[in-house]
Amino acid sequence: MSLLLDLWTIVAVTAGVFFFLAGTVGLLRFPDTLTRLHALTKADNLGLGLVVLGLLPRVGSPLAGLKLICVWLLVLLAGATASQLIARAVRRSGPPV
Amino acid sequence: MSVAESTFYGLCAAALVGIGLYGLIVNPQPLRKILSFNLVGSGVFLIFGVVARRGAALGMGGDPVPQALVITGIVVAFSATALAVALVVRLHETTGAATLMPADAGEPPTP
Amino acid sequence: MNMALLFDGSLIVLILAVAVWTMAVRNSFAAVIGYATYGLLLALAWVRLAAVDAALTEAAIGGGLTSVLLIRAVVRLRSSESAARAETPGRVSRLLAAVLAGSVTAALALVVLTLPEPAPTLAPQVAANIASTSLGNAVTGVLLSFRAIDTLLEAVVLVFALIAVWTLTPDPLWGGRPGPRYELDENGMLAYLARLLPPLGIVVAVYVLWVGADLPGGKFQAGTLLAAMWLLAIMAGLVEAPPISQRWLRGALVLGTVVFLAIGFAGVPLAGAFLAYPEGHAKPLIIAIEAASMLSIALTLGLLVLGPPERGA
Repeated sequence: MSLLLDLWTIVAVTAGVFFFLAGTVGLLRFPDTLTRLHALTKADNLGLGLVVLGLLPRVGSPLAGLKLICVWLLVLLAGATASQLIARAVRRSGPPV
Repeated sequence: MSVAESTFYGLCAAALVGIGLYGLIVNPQPLRKILSFNLVGSGVFLIFGVVARRGAALGMGGDPVPQALVITGIVVAFSATALAVALVVRLHETTGAATLMPADAGEPPTP
Repeated sequence: MNMALLFDGSLIVLILAVAVWTMAVRNSFAAVIGYATYGLLLALAWVRLAAVDAALTEAAIGGGLTSVLLIRAVVRLRSSESAARAETPGRVSRLLAAVLAGSVTAALALVVLTLPEPAPTLAPQVAANIASTSLGNAVTGVLLSFRAIDTLLEAVVLVFALIAVWTLTPDPLWGGRPGPRYELDENGMLAYLARLLPPLGIVVAVYVLWVGADLPGGKFQAGTLLAAMWLLAIMAGLVEAPPISQRWLRGALVLGTVVFLAIGFAGVPLAGAFLAYPEGHAKPLIIAIEAASMLSIALTLGLLVLGPPERGA
């Protein structure tokens, strides 16, 4: 059982880190603001979610697990809001350079 | 992390103070100077953190006295930064000055 | 063990790289974003140094609030940016600055490498006396009991800084509202966030204050969270910044200091010394001070970010 949980943690966290990596590469390589936002928010939200899911079996108490999930949800909320605001600013100020 | 490895963070802090000091002198914009000064400050705080970490004893991860000093320091540094920013913005709005140079050395003031 | 070393090494390299980039980048807006990133990375370094209280403070104030303050200033000073850049000092001055900065770094590095062994520490004294406060968090014990006078004076410094900022108000606007008027976009994302987040943020702030007695947390971290929630509501246009002439505002700003002082003076007849707590009542008194200070700190920090008044009441 514990081996299975360890395996789950390794797989999920590795997958999460991969999404972070992909998102960062996208942020650096994509040509304009909107595509960069696309790369960043999608990849980071999913990446963080996978890291949180991977860490869940390792928490000492249900409260700690709840806190981890709260962190994920708050980052989702903040990320979605920030990217929406940036995208709107880009649209208002004309085509991005 | 063993206590000895906190020395790496101490060296990092020393470098941060140097980087911040260079930026403080070289950057002509007042706002960038404030930013640099914050960098110097955070480096100094980090040295406090290393001293605290070396004082770990009796199940405490570090000496709580320097840690408490750092918390106080971060808050005071913020209030000083806020005052400095307010001064710079007001200076810019009243004189149009872009830097802290005397008016004859840079752009003439536009009232 | 080696993994830990790898982590510490990469974190240090990352911190230094972001610091250099923050200094070197031409665009001031980018520099401030770099500084926010730097603050969050530094918070990780604090965790590695086993100072979680300091990490929370650095993330909230160094990474968060300072960056909001600087971003607002960058936007207002944008017109002066190119004029200022023309005044970059010449090669000789830059070289001298580099020599100076390098020697300061070298001296500090030497100090760090030759710190006394064994390290002097007050941890045993704190451990021996923490029981008298019935607190579990040694840092809170130092802040609110052993070195309470420092914390008291710090609260005063915060209010003084705010008064100093307010003195920069143009005469006709004295007593007015700080900051520009933020337009409310009813269906906007920001208004949505500003309605959704503050209830959560307030709960988290009270939680951080409450656990601060035994676990990392306390009034500064909680106050910063509250200030952030307040600023979010102001910037979304949901509430207006209050005119600085309001009596309730001025009362609330000094509430923490007044409660702190009152309990401090009550200690003279009750416990025999200024800022001493009567036997067995330390914890409730400390929590009372912290709760009152949290409100004052939140208001002060928020108003420090907003700056001097810019429009009439």
